[in-house]
Amino acid sequence: MSHRSARNGFAGFEMVTETIAATDKIRCDACPVMCYIKPGAAGACDRYANHDGKLVRVDPHIILERTVEHGGQLVPFQATGDWDGKIVHQPETFVTAIGAGTTYPDYKPAPFIVSSEVDGVDMVTVVTEGIFSYCGVKVKIDTDRYLGPEQATVRAQGEAVGHVTTSEYGSQMLSLGGVHHLTGGSKKEGRITCDALMDLSNCKAVELTIDGGATVIVQAGQPPVVNRVREERMRVGCGSATIGMFAKQWHGKVDEVVVVDDHITGVLSEHQAGKLLDIADTGIKMKGRRSTPGRYFQVADPGTGWGGTNISDPLAILGPFDPKEARPGLTILMVSTTGEHACYYVLDEALRPVETAMPAALQQSVERIQENCEPALCTVLFMAGAGGSLRAGVTDNPVRLTRSVKDALTRVTSGGAPVYVWPGGGITFMVDVTQMPAGAFGYVPTPALVAPIEFTLKLSDYAALGGHMDYVRPLSSLKDSADIRPIPWGAKPGRHA
Amino acid sequence: MTRQPQIALLADGRRLHLQDGPIDLILEAKGREADVRAAYAAAARRFTGLLDELCAELPGLRKAADPVHCPLQGVVARRMHAAVKPFAADCFITPMAAVAGSVAEEVLGAMLAAAPLDRAYVNNGGDIALHLGRGERFTVALMDRLDRYGVMQTMVIDARDPARGIATSGRHGRSFSLGIADAVTVLARTASQADAAATIIANAVDLPGHPAVLRCAADSLQPDSDLGPRLVTREVGALSPAEIAAALDGGAVCARHWLGAGLIEAAALRLSGETIIVGTKDVQRHSNVLHELAVA
Repeated sequence: MSHRSARNGFAGFEMVTETIAATDKIRCDACPVMCYIKPGAAGACDRYANHDGKLVRVDPHIILERTVEHGGQLVPFQATGDWDGKIVHQPETFVTAIGAGTTYPDYKPAPFIVSSEVDGVDMVTVVTEGIFSYCGVKVKIDTDRYLGPEQATVRAQGEAVGHVTTSEYGSQMLSLGGVHHLTGGSKKEGRITCDALMDLSNCKAVELTIDGGATVIVQAGQPPVVNRVREERMRVGCGSATIGMFAKQWHGKVDEVVVVDDHITGVLSEHQAGKLLDIADTGIKMKGRRSTPGRYFQVADPGTGWGGTNISDPLAILGPFDPKEARPGLTILMVSTTGEHACYYVLDEALRPVETAMPAALQQSVERIQENCEPALCTVLFMAGAGGSLRAGVTDNPVRLTRSVKDALTRVTSGGAPVYVWPGGGITFMVDVTQMPAGAFGYVPTPALVAPIEFTLKLSDYAALGGHMDYVRPLSSLKDSADIRPIPWGAKPGRHA
Repeated sequence: MTRQPQIALLADGRRLHLQDGPIDLILEAKGREADVRAAYAAAARRFTGLLDELCAELPGLRKAADPVHCPLQGVVARRMHAAVKPFAADCFITPMAAVAGSVAEEVLGAMLAAAPLDRAYVNNGGDIALHLGRGERFTVALMDRLDRYGVMQTMVIDARDPARGIATSGRHGRSFSLGIADAVTVLARTASQADAAATIIANAVDLPGHPAVLRCAADSLQPDSDLGPRLVTREVGALSPAEIAAALDGGAVCARHWLGAGLIEAAALRLSGETIIVGTKDVQRHSNVLHELAVA
């Protein structure tokens, strides 16, 4: 069973009545304590848990933090040091900072004594702990539908957790989390932000409401649900681009085509693509602001209707046809950028468009637009910065690690997944959460998120940057250990499944 | 034996990590190099099989402690019983309340028997056994929260102080609490004593019947919990300043009682951002000291 299917199983997991096994407590035989573990619970060690009646290994995030703090590695009491110095890249043997890399999402860490020495303190007792206070998620929602104005506050359970940021091609963008919402506001705001970030990062669905906008259910790798309507596809291009792509296919089958788009509505007869095909003028009059020929801005207000506008009747964006150019019997196709909305009109004697059954050839072109639209998805990138002490766990000279990452000598991964490291100071990285093993994220009540991070580099480079060379542990020594669990990394389980 | 404990030095090369089943120890010794090596080897030897010793008597360790008679055999099990015995006449407590501190004490004892050390500690998930040679000192920090708004309080234990054990109990831990304290940290003469007392004092920080406190039967969460059907704290909602003060006062009365009886040296009780210190220990406040740690 792949990790992703394990994760998908969690919807059922929370409703424990689904299978007989899921209602049964199981006896853990990992150690002589022999805990009875209820479904959904962990044993006394917090290392093993009952997942759907099966015993799974779940390294507690507190151990994760401990290993992260020390560079994602625990080192042997008696090092043998027969590592050949090559970069570890075999998928089946990549060691992640998630410890066992397992599937239990709702672990609540225990308070823990941080055993690092800081400012002459030998030990630190904490009620709460954190790794990434400076973290958040960037959410890309493939939809033209209007989700809300730029800069509008995004809320989860009524609390501000982020904002609408600048949109991308065919997608609306949200920026959620960050230290301001996590720790700068009320306790409740911080807690709910933390919950929302963790759920989104663990590929769970989260309902978000946008001030002055829509309610959207976001789940990484799944289509967005905007105002209770599941989005099917993202637009193939803007209205103008759609004209350019399909002009040849419409040529000779219809006199005029309007591709309705909240951004740029395209008009075939006026568009450069139409001119090149010698398509005649039709006397059409568009509302909105003309940009260049055949391209119109602001034909309507943004909304959840045709092509991300607020209109439900496409004729609302047309003025009367010019009698000098138009003639009765002129045919017009109006279609949205995703092909989800389409109507066919014929001008009557008074040059008024009358909706008519669409000819099969045009219906095909509408279907072609739909076919060229990619499935609408929500994608969630987790973004965080690795602070000083984390880097100090890797090397005696933390800035050298930063430089080594910049020089691409050191590969940074998060739960084994590739990351993008932002240029500039520090180690600020982004990772696609769907590429990470299930349940990779935890939280601490600070509130802050707990996420895995690994640094991989050549042994010689590691030595050069002041690494803890005496404690390098050969990969082979992990093989028989209960600490590791192979993850089918190369197979990218469930990527956008 | 198929199951071996995990024994590894941490990346700093100084501290040793020992793990077996639910036990996680981090220890460090200071002294001559050969002595430290001998102490670590002794710790690893003593740790191996220790969990099996305890588990052999697990049913007895999970029963309410008899306030007079100790039916247990193992040296660690008997230490656990001895630590909870003073509380057993007045309330429900099982030897399991002192397991972490007792294990820490046992491993520290093995280290000290193997070699002379200037200073050493064994930290069992927050319950710490200490050894301080002449002139040595040990700084303990208590964090209320680990971010830039956090305030750290430090307590210094030096060799002249009687305290050699530190333990923390509260509702966030692996084990359940009958009370609502976020954390109660206790200094006592031994780690096992600190562990048992921290449990008792954390239980006493409470607001019985308060609607904002969500409680569940312990055995509904962990079927074999030593607490059986007793209600343990799962969530604590918003509390008023007066309620926080009242709950902390309840714990402080308990802490003062055991301070007077000589069972503890000091205690710090924490609930919803408020802290009460019981005892004469000097506490220094520092802000932001761990900021770097928190954002890492």
